[in-house]
Amino acid sequence: MAFEGLADRLQSTMQKIRGKGKVTEADVKAMMREVRLALLYADVNLKVVKDFIKKVSERAVGQEVMRSLTPGQQVIKVVKEELTALMGGEQSKIAVSPKPPTVIMMVGLQGAGKTTTTGKLANHLRKKHNRNPLLVAADIYRPAAIKQLQTLGKQINMPVFTLGDKVNPVDIAKKAVEQARTDHHDYVLIDTAGRLHIDGELMDELKNIKDAVKPDEIFLVVDAMTGQDAVNVAKSFNEQLGITGVILTKLDGDTRGGAALSIRAVTEKPIKFVGLGEKLDQLEPFHPERMASRILGMGDVLTLIEKAQASVDEEKAKELEKKMRTMSFTLDDFLEQLSQVRNMGPLDELLKMLPGAGKMKGLNNIHIDEKQIRHVEAIIQSMTTEEKQKPEIINASRKRRIAKGSGRPIQEVNRLLKQFEEMKKMMKQMTNMQKKGKKRGALKFPFM
Amino acid sequence: MGFLDKFKEKFTSQTEAVTGKFKDGLLKTRQNLTEKVNDLVARYRKVDEEFFEELEEIFIQADIGFDTVIELVDELKMEAKRKKIQQSELLKEMIVEKLVEIYYGEDENISTLNLPDTGLAVILFVGVNGVGKTTTIGKMAYKLKSEGKRVLLAAGDTFRAGAIEQLEVWGDRTGVEVIKHQEGSDPAAVIYDAIQAAKSRKVDVLLCDTAGRLQNKVNLMKELEKVKRVIQREIPEAPHEVLLVLDATTGQNAMVQAKQFKEATGVTGIVLTKLDGTAKGGIVIAIKKELNIPVKFVGLGEKIDDLQPFDAEAYVYGLFAE
Repeated sequence: MAFEGLADRLQSTMQKIRGKGKVTEADVKAMMREVRLALLYADVNLKVVKDFIKKVSERAVGQEVMRSLTPGQQVIKVVKEELTALMGGEQSKIAVSPKPPTVIMMVGLQGAGKTTTTGKLANHLRKKHNRNPLLVAADIYRPAAIKQLQTLGKQINMPVFTLGDKVNPVDIAKKAVEQARTDHHDYVLIDTAGRLHIDGELMDELKNIKDAVKPDEIFLVVDAMTGQDAVNVAKSFNEQLGITGVILTKLDGDTRGGAALSIRAVTEKPIKFVGLGEKLDQLEPFHPERMASRILGMGDVLTLIEKAQASVDEEKAKELEKKMRTMSFTLDDFLEQLSQVRNMGPLDELLKMLPGAGKMKGLNNIHIDEKQIRHVEAIIQSMTTEEKQKPEIINASRKRRIAKGSGRPIQEVNRLLKQFEEMKKMMKQMTNMQKKGKKRGALKFPFM
Repeated sequence: MGFLDKFKEKFTSQTEAVTGKFKDGLLKTRQNLTEKVNDLVARYRKVDEEFFEELEEIFIQADIGFDTVIELVDELKMEAKRKKIQQSELLKEMIVEKLVEIYYGEDENISTLNLPDTGLAVILFVGVNGVGKTTTIGKMAYKLKSEGKRVLLAAGDTFRAGAIEQLEVWGDRTGVEVIKHQEGSDPAAVIYDAIQAAKSRKVDVLLCDTAGRLQNKVNLMKELEKVKRVIQREIPEAPHEVLLVLDATTGQNAMVQAKQFKEATGVTGIVLTKLDGTAKGGIVIAIKKELNIPVKFVGLGEKIDDLQPFDAEAYVYGLFAE
């Protein structure tokens, strides 16, 4: 989880205040010291931290908190509100030019992930907005950069415009836009070479591209792991080019991502997307309010629900529920359920989104082995239809066959069958409990 | 204007000269350093809380780990008290010395590569995405080749689009052969083939590229462990160096990177890239202190000869530049 560290730290700070009847000025000061530390650990720029602390302290020491009936909670609220405000308002959309094609320029330092993000953005535009983008390879400097974009283009089946690495990027951009017009592309995504914000010559090149094609959006691509220097980079690119938005990459790492706060604070430009992996569909809109919740360790429940909705078939869920109630739940259904859970993404990531999960020490280091789930699937798939419907008929000889078929030891087959039996028992109890109006009870999955 | 502003002002002009030398690969002597510090004598005023606070902020903004900063500043405070230092000039010397000390300790040669005198040397390059592994390998190949070594490259990044081609371009530029498989193939198999080829061609140094990976991706880290195992199986004392390539713009996460990659592959040194920007990569000081991994080389640009041995003194002066 991106902001894990910050969440933990703020949470332990808040714990001290929570439950207190009265907050003294000294309390607030002590807490602000912790907040400052946490933010610095998270790579938020020092100056940004200072401003933030000042603002929060003012509000916290002011009447708002001191006179409140629940001062501790009030402080948490203030910190969260200011954090959300710092990260910007609601998520933003991508511009649509009244005169197509809409031109988007991707800029940033070397290695931030511009080329990959260009591919992801193109994929996003087509899948979510039904657009037809043209990718433009304007990085003529880095060896094989053009080839990289071409390979990505092939993966998502989209055309890539290139004039090789001997033509000036400004001309490439101009010709690409002309080409897009002829071929009726509604978006043009220009992948520029990575460059240092202090490299005058290369920054001029970007300005020239900007003047030549008048882009509707200029996205600064920034590595989420960036430290204190993020402000210098963002400021410089913004002052020289006038960026319109930011895309934060590599947020699937374990960085605390304080750079997000810094960049937003110095440029006042919205963070539009975040990159969450190396696959081309791993680009997601940035949700400041959710990120703030995450920072404060309140869990990212909204994302979890969205993921569940996207991957669980409503009809199937209802059917499953009925089967559970009528006790006709079979190994087939179990298999189905497993695959639906897996569709939601890596399990340890899902776990981390749960509220409070960041605080549970054991959960922090847990790595749910996806392989184990695949083993369970293999075992079930090695059974005959009859066996899946009526597992009780599985005798020693059948077990040997299943073990052989799935390539798993016979003990694992035994364990699975036993656990499935227990699960059914538990379902029975749960249904009974529900009938009595109680709601407690937990499902135990064989792989947990 | 605080004393440190003046200090910085003075140093900014000097640092350019220092960095210039750094770039030219000139090694400065300690006397040289002392001389430069002496130049500042006149500027100094008194040592007080404000001074330490400003110092702390300079360190924080250079991405030196927070714990290290607090520790450093506390030590300096104590020493200032003990030695009854009131003039900041004397303390300045201490600051630079302390930072440099972290690097050198007893051994001044930590920034050289540990390669065997005879037989094949294997260097494995690891790191997260986009730090400049492939570029660094290209530059390293050039460097070793100009030292008269026979070099071979292994295209172990079989994942990222265009990675193999990128290494091939560097191979062409440096006149060094590249052993490769197709995109998507098993990196351990590529490395295995490269070792066999290196042995039969009597190569001196084999440089192994790997795909960038975030350190919290368990499966990918396991893949890296496997690559290392394959190398060890073929040559028990190899890899002779495992170099973690680190982007100087990275913040505190670099410590986690160093820890995890060390655990998985036994990192022996760091290559700090993109130091030609405004980022300082100060976290390497904390990494040296906590994990004892030294920086061996720094990347100062995109040109083929922009890889330089790390010079702690020049680097420490650089920390104070704006």
